[in-house]
Amino acid sequence: MKIANKTITATKLVKEALEKAKKYEKYNVFTFINEKEALKKAAEIDAKIARGEKVGRLAGVPYALKDNFLSPEGQTTASAHILQGFTSPVTATSVEKLEKEGAIMIGRTNLDAFAHGSSTENSYFGPTHNAVDFERVPGGSSGGSAAAVALDIVEFATGTDTGGSIRQPASFNGVYGLKPTYGCISRYGVVAMASSLDCIGFFTKTPEDMDLLMSIASGQDPKDMTTLPDYYNNSKTSKAKRIGVIKDFDNEAVAPEIRKVLKEKCKELEEKGYEIVELEMPTLKYALAVYYIIQPAEVTSNLSRYDGIRYGFRSEKAKNLDDIYDDTRNEGFMPENKRRIMIGNFVLSSGFYDAYFLKAAKARTLIVKEYEEAFKKCDFILTPVSPNYAFKLGEKVNDPVAMYLEDLMSVSLNLAGVPGLAIPVGKTKDGLPLGLQLVGPRRSDKALIEFAKELN
Amino acid sequence: MKYIPTIGIECHVQLSTKTKLFSEVDNDARGKEPNSCVSPVDYALPGMLPRLNGEAIKFAIRAGKAMNCKINAHSRFDRKHYFYPDSPKGYQITQFYQPIIGAGYVELPSGTKVHIEHAHLEGDAGKLTHFDNYSLVDLNRVDTPLIEIVSMPDIHSAKDAHDYCKELWRLMCFAGVTNGDLYNGNMRFDVNTSIAPEGSKKLGTRTEVKNLNSFRSVERAVEYEIARQTKILEAGEKVVQQTLGWNDATGKTTAQRSKEEAKDYRYMPEPDLPPINLSEEFIEKEAAKLPPMPADYRKKFGNVISGDTLEVLLDYPALMKKLDEVCSEYVKSMSNLFASVLLAEEKSAEYLSDLPSAKDLNELCEMNEKKELSSTATKEVFLRLFDPQMKNRGAKNIAKELGLIQENDLGALEAIIDTVLQKPETKKAQEDYKNGEEKVIGFLVGQVMKESHGKANPSAVQEILRKKLK
Repeated sequence: MKIANKTITATKLVKEALEKAKKYEKYNVFTFINEKEALKKAAEIDAKIARGEKVGRLAGVPYALKDNFLSPEGQTTASAHILQGFTSPVTATSVEKLEKEGAIMIGRTNLDAFAHGSSTENSYFGPTHNAVDFERVPGGSSGGSAAAVALDIVEFATGTDTGGSIRQPASFNGVYGLKPTYGCISRYGVVAMASSLDCIGFFTKTPEDMDLLMSIASGQDPKDMTTLPDYYNNSKTSKAKRIGVIKDFDNEAVAPEIRKVLKEKCKELEEKGYEIVELEMPTLKYALAVYYIIQPAEVTSNLSRYDGIRYGFRSEKAKNLDDIYDDTRNEGFMPENKRRIMIGNFVLSSGFYDAYFLKAAKARTLIVKEYEEAFKKCDFILTPVSPNYAFKLGEKVNDPVAMYLEDLMSVSLNLAGVPGLAIPVGKTKDGLPLGLQLVGPRRSDKALIEFAKELN
Repeated sequence: MKYIPTIGIECHVQLSTKTKLFSEVDNDARGKEPNSCVSPVDYALPGMLPRLNGEAIKFAIRAGKAMNCKINAHSRFDRKHYFYPDSPKGYQITQFYQPIIGAGYVELPSGTKVHIEHAHLEGDAGKLTHFDNYSLVDLNRVDTPLIEIVSMPDIHSAKDAHDYCKELWRLMCFAGVTNGDLYNGNMRFDVNTSIAPEGSKKLGTRTEVKNLNSFRSVERAVEYEIARQTKILEAGEKVVQQTLGWNDATGKTTAQRSKEEAKDYRYMPEPDLPPINLSEEFIEKEAAKLPPMPADYRKKFGNVISGDTLEVLLDYPALMKKLDEVCSEYVKSMSNLFASVLLAEEKSAEYLSDLPSAKDLNELCEMNEKKELSSTATKEVFLRLFDPQMKNRGAKNIAKELGLIQENDLGALEAIIDTVLQKPETKKAQEDYKNGEEKVIGFLVGQVMKESHGKANPSAVQEILRKKLK
């Protein structure tokens, strides 16, 4: 990525990014453009450079912030009606780390409200368009961030991935997208979706950029008790030899062109001397069902705080306390938010907890174990990111089950807490980006990024 | 028919940790502006995560050990969901499935044992103040650490209910985990009462009186409920299971909700907090910090101090600790001074916060024992030891300054007495005494006291006088 120095000023980088953001306005990538602050920060960095002072590793690098990261610049809305008017007094730990290195936020990017969705169509601000094909979805929920990088507006963008929300849009737009190991990057200051699954990650144009961002953003944060001590910067990368492929994922439900590119890549790897290991992972077929119990349960819990009492939107109609809750939440949440709230409440209700939530929690443990077993047989696993490449806007928005099936191959990683990198590997005959997902054991993030080069 | 009451009590104790249970905000909101002790975490901004306060874990271990409870090596937090403006997150973080404190018991002064089912850590809710057509929310109290102590239904009288609550309060105060200010809600009691015919194996339908904050109101509420339920059963009707409130002014319980709705809190493991794993060493290290408990003092002082006095003093952990520091031979007299002099004093509350040293108290007792101080003078010097203006001067100096030291030196006394006997105004009295008028000895003693400026020990004076006038 281009970093500001004596010859390329931060102001120039920021101005270019702002111009491109304007040029691609119709893609509806951004929910907020940070023009004034961004130019101010760029000028400060340029002044530092002119004075010969030390600047950060991301000096003047324009980036896009998914609109579910808290920072005082612009409103943090999570593309949800119910958060309209909310300006955060606090800054997310990850944002703080990026800004400390001199990265400059150009704008906040669109997402499915509260990150509920796989197409960015569930946004209060309307859908974002795919960077390659305007008629198609950018994937989701981090659709705005993926498009911002793919349209080359910014050098990188932040994302959150609860069940595929970084990897799937990355592959739909032809960029790199990493969901790190659970606990690698602090979740503090990021609007929670499902806490035990949420991961913070990035969209980049190259594996090298990804490595740089990871080395900056990862590490333990006292404000997030689920973070791991910094392993990323202390990772030793072992040379991978065996690449696993999951037998069950090679089926009719997966688009032929995706199956084809996976087979081609495996062949290439074999030619390079890697051993391809066919894996039986029979528990993975339950991952989606498990995910759609645990995730809505945590979603309903995490969305409880949006009650119209302390911040954000409150219904005008409300005349008493019950109305404040009912009307505010009824008007403030999108249909998909409500669907998940209802599913979540159902699986947590006292008569059903054991049958649903508890059972799903047990199945989750089995999925964790299945991955552990798989990584005894291979170093990494190569899979499709999702069963389809970018689909048409409106194609699945009224069919929640079809939309949930988009997460078929991505959710098990979140359940197991293992990292996954979406890698652009080719194009369909119509020119749509194709991506593959490289999965590694917990804490293998750095090795994954390094191995990505082998697939190009 | 005779009915046997069965009572179980849930008690919420606010822990006096420096910061809140899940944020680094001051936990002591006494006298502070509403909503001034609130962090973004307590306020439940989006994306905020709880940070567990390690001090609260230590407090819970001590509280548990004070109740003879097992401390669980593995515990974790759960979310309990409900919508109300006092709960900014929309859920309370509590321990529903795996509490930190396991089974134990509390022994009442009467010897009755009340078993503890478990006790768990959780965050307190905020406070609402209701007005005609609006309510105000104060979140200062949000996520003040609480332990909720759940008793077994081992209590069978209003008196025992009272004593159990009081003993719990003492245990928590002695363990140093709470400020113990009942008036300000540092401890709150929910009392479940049912009655069943004597000999019946089945318990009756229970009612729950919520949010009692004095031992007396616990006792009265239980008495009232027993009477009310007895009347219902005797009329052949059924007790309705319900939640009740207590009105201290009318002395009655009243239904809080028209119909008993089965609330579903949709409990869920708290994903933002890792489980708590405590090593045996950690638990033991914390338990070792526990000072002697009321039961220890009862054992130690039961034969020295009268039972009534001891129970009075057991309300004051600092006094018991001080008593324990005083020389064993002075414990009895010191306990009386504490109970009947100090606690009768108007400023006793103020005095309790800064007690005199054991050395000063021992010195005082010694002077009293040597008859250097009369019992009245002893009380006077004792109180001065608590007076911020005088306390640092020491018992002996205070006694000297106030001229309260009695003259016990026989030689010196004889000299004073001889002087008095030489005085013409005493001659008649001396004659009268020798003639058998016993009463006049009082006049002569008075003269000696006057001559000694009150420092002579009157009984010693009388003794010498009687010898001299034989």
